[in-house]
Amino acid sequence: MASGAFAEAGADLELVGIQKRFPGFTAIEHLDLSIPAGSFFALLGPSGCGKTTTLRLVAGLEEPTAGSILIGGADVTQQKAFQRPVNTVFQSYALFPHMTVLENVAFGLRRRKIADPVGKAHEALRLVELDHLAARKPQQLSGGQQQRVALARAIVNKPALLLLDEPLGALDLKLRRQMQLELKTIQEEVGLTFLHVTHDQEEAMTMADTIAVMNKGRIEQMGAPEPALRELPKTAFVANFLGQSNLFTGPVVGSTSTSITVDIAGHRVLVPADRAHRHAGEVTIGVRPEKMWLHRKAPVEAADRNVMGPGRVIDVSFSGVSTQYLVAVPYIGTLIVFAQNMAFGPVADVGDEVWLDWHVEHGFGLEDEPVPGAGPRFAADTDTRSIAAQRRESLVTELEEA
Amino acid sequence: MKISLGRWLLPVYSALALLFLMVPIAYTFVFSFNDSLKSNITWRGFTFDKWLNVCAVQNGAVCEAFGNSLVIGSVATVLATVMGTMIAIAIVRYRFRFRSATSLLLFLPMATPEVVLGAGLAAQFLSLGVAKDMTTIILAHTMFCISFVVVTVKARVASLDPALEEAGRDLYGSSTQVFLRVTLPLLVPGILAAALLSFALSFDDFIITNFNSGAVTTFPKYIYISAARGIPAEANVIASAVFIFALVVVVTAQVSSAARAKRLAREG
Repeated sequence: MASGAFAEAGADLELVGIQKRFPGFTAIEHLDLSIPAGSFFALLGPSGCGKTTTLRLVAGLEEPTAGSILIGGADVTQQKAFQRPVNTVFQSYALFPHMTVLENVAFGLRRRKIADPVGKAHEALRLVELDHLAARKPQQLSGGQQQRVALARAIVNKPALLLLDEPLGALDLKLRRQMQLELKTIQEEVGLTFLHVTHDQEEAMTMADTIAVMNKGRIEQMGAPEPALRELPKTAFVANFLGQSNLFTGPVVGSTSTSITVDIAGHRVLVPADRAHRHAGEVTIGVRPEKMWLHRKAPVEAADRNVMGPGRVIDVSFSGVSTQYLVAVPYIGTLIVFAQNMAFGPVADVGDEVWLDWHVEHGFGLEDEPVPGAGPRFAADTDTRSIAAQRRESLVTELEEA
Repeated sequence: MKISLGRWLLPVYSALALLFLMVPIAYTFVFSFNDSLKSNITWRGFTFDKWLNVCAVQNGAVCEAFGNSLVIGSVATVLATVMGTMIAIAIVRYRFRFRSATSLLLFLPMATPEVVLGAGLAAQFLSLGVAKDMTTIILAHTMFCISFVVVTVKARVASLDPALEEAGRDLYGSSTQVFLRVTLPLLVPGILAAALLSFALSFDDFIITNFNSGAVTTFPKYIYISAARGIPAEANVIASAVFIFALVVVVTAQVSSAARAKRLAREG
C-alpha cells in the first residue's frame, strides 16, 4: 500500500503452497490457507509449530522459501513489509521508547503522509481509552496500557489485515478478558480481518470465528470452534490440544449405513458413521471426558449407549465446577471422566468399582492412522494435564507395587 | 582506646588517593597564574596575564598546536564515529564471511603497544612515499579510534530489540526511514559516548602522533618538546581550560539527567 489512502475494509488473505525453511530446520512444511474478509481467524498451536513464522510471512518480515501470499486478491509475496496493507501487534509490543505515546501512534500515519496524523492518533487513543496519557513515554505505562497503545498504533492505520502475535500473553486474567472484549468490539466496529496467533486454546475458542490448529508446520484441522473442532476432532493432536479426550484403537468389526462398530479389547463400541473419518480397518475413536457417565452398577444395555467396565477409580480430584475421575479399566487403560459437581458430593471414591458409558452420538472417529502395537488405549497424549494425570497414575502403580 | 578500622581506614585511604590524583592537576592550575619568564618551575608571583594573552608567547606556538589538536581530534572523531558505527551495526546485525575475523582485527589496535603501532604506521607511510602532515595524523588517529567506537556502539546495538525496527517497517517505514527515525535515535547515547571517547583519545595521543606528524605540532607534542627547555605557563592555561570545560560538561549532564529522572519518577 502506497501513501495516501486507508484500506476500505478488511481484505481476505490467501496463502498458497507456502513453505519456509531456515538453515537447519523447516518451520512450515506446506501451508494452504484462506481467510475470508472480515473474519476473526486464530492460528492455534504449541510453541514451535510454525504459527509465528506464518504471521511474520504475512507481515513481510520473512520471505517464504516457496509459495505465494495474496491479500485482497493481490499478490504481495514480493512486496516489502512497509508496502503491505498489514499491521502487527507484536508480542513484546515493540513501542518506540524514544517517542511519546502519541508519536508512537502517529508513526504509521506520518510515514504514509496521511492528513492530520495527530488528530487521528488522538482518536485511536480515545478508542482504547488512553488519550489522557498521550504525552507519556511508553516506559511510563503499565503492561496493559502498553498493550493498548500497541493496538491503537496498529488499528489507526486501518489495515486491511491486522496481525496479533500473542498480544495478551503478558496480561493477567482480568486484563486479558477486558482486552479480548475490546478486540472483539473493535473488530465489529471497524470490520477488519484479524489474524490472531496464540497457544492458548481457551482464548482462541472464545474469540475466533475460525480456528486453524497447527502442529509441526502443518495445519491439522480448521473449522469453527464449536462444534467442529471440539465435537469432531480429526486428529489425536487436535483431540488432545483442545481439551482432553479418551482415545481408543481397535478394528472395525461391523458397519451399517448409520454407524460403525469397533472392537476395543472385547468391548463393542458404536460410533455414528457421519462422525467417523475412517470406516474400515484399524481405527482410532474417542470421546470427551465430560460426555462420559460414571455408574456404581453395571448399566442396562441399550442400543444408543456404549458401556465400558467394570473398572476401578484410582484418583478423584475436584476442579471447581466438576470432579475429575481417573478410572483404570482392565485391558484398556486409564480413562478420564469429568462429572458435574452435585449437591450430594462425589459419585465414587478411590478404589470403588465403576462402569462407564456414553451416548453413541458423542463418540468420534479420527482420521489418524493408529500407531501399530499401541494397544487399545491410544497413547498419543500431548495435553499437559493428561500427561500429569498419566504421571500420577504411574506413580500410584509404582507405590502399589512397592 | 580502640581504633575503628572501618571508620577511619577507608576515609583516610580515599583522601590520600584523591590527593595523589589531584596534586598534579592542582599544580597545573595554580602555575597557570604564575608570572613566569621562560620556564614555569619556580613561583614568581600571581598574574592573569597568561590567561588573557594565551597566544602571545612564542608567536602563538601554543595556540597553533592547540588548534591543530582540535582540528585533528574533530576530523578523526567524525570519521571514526561514522565508520565505527556502521561496522558495529554490521557485526551485530548481519552474518557475513570474515565476521569474527573483523571483530578480532578491530580488537588488535587496542591490544598493540602504541609505540609499535606508531612505528609500524610511520614505516608504511615511508614505503608508500606519503609525506607526513595533518592528513597522516588524522589517518592514524581515525584508525585506533575506530576500535573504541565499534566496541562502545556494538554494546548498544546488541541491546536494541530487533522488534522495534520490525515495527518500524510494519508501520510503513522504508529502510532509510526506519534507520533515521528508529535505529539511529536509539543508538545516539552509545554513539555520543563513542565520539567523546574518540575525541579524548585523539586529543591527548602523543606516541602515535609523534611518529606520524612530520613537522606538524599537536598540543601533547608541543608540551613534550618544550619540556626540555621549560613549559610556558600558557600551556598550563590551555590544559586548565580544557579540564574546566570537561568538568562543566560532565556536571551539567549529571545534573540534567538527575532532574529528568526525578521528573519521570514524579509523572510515572
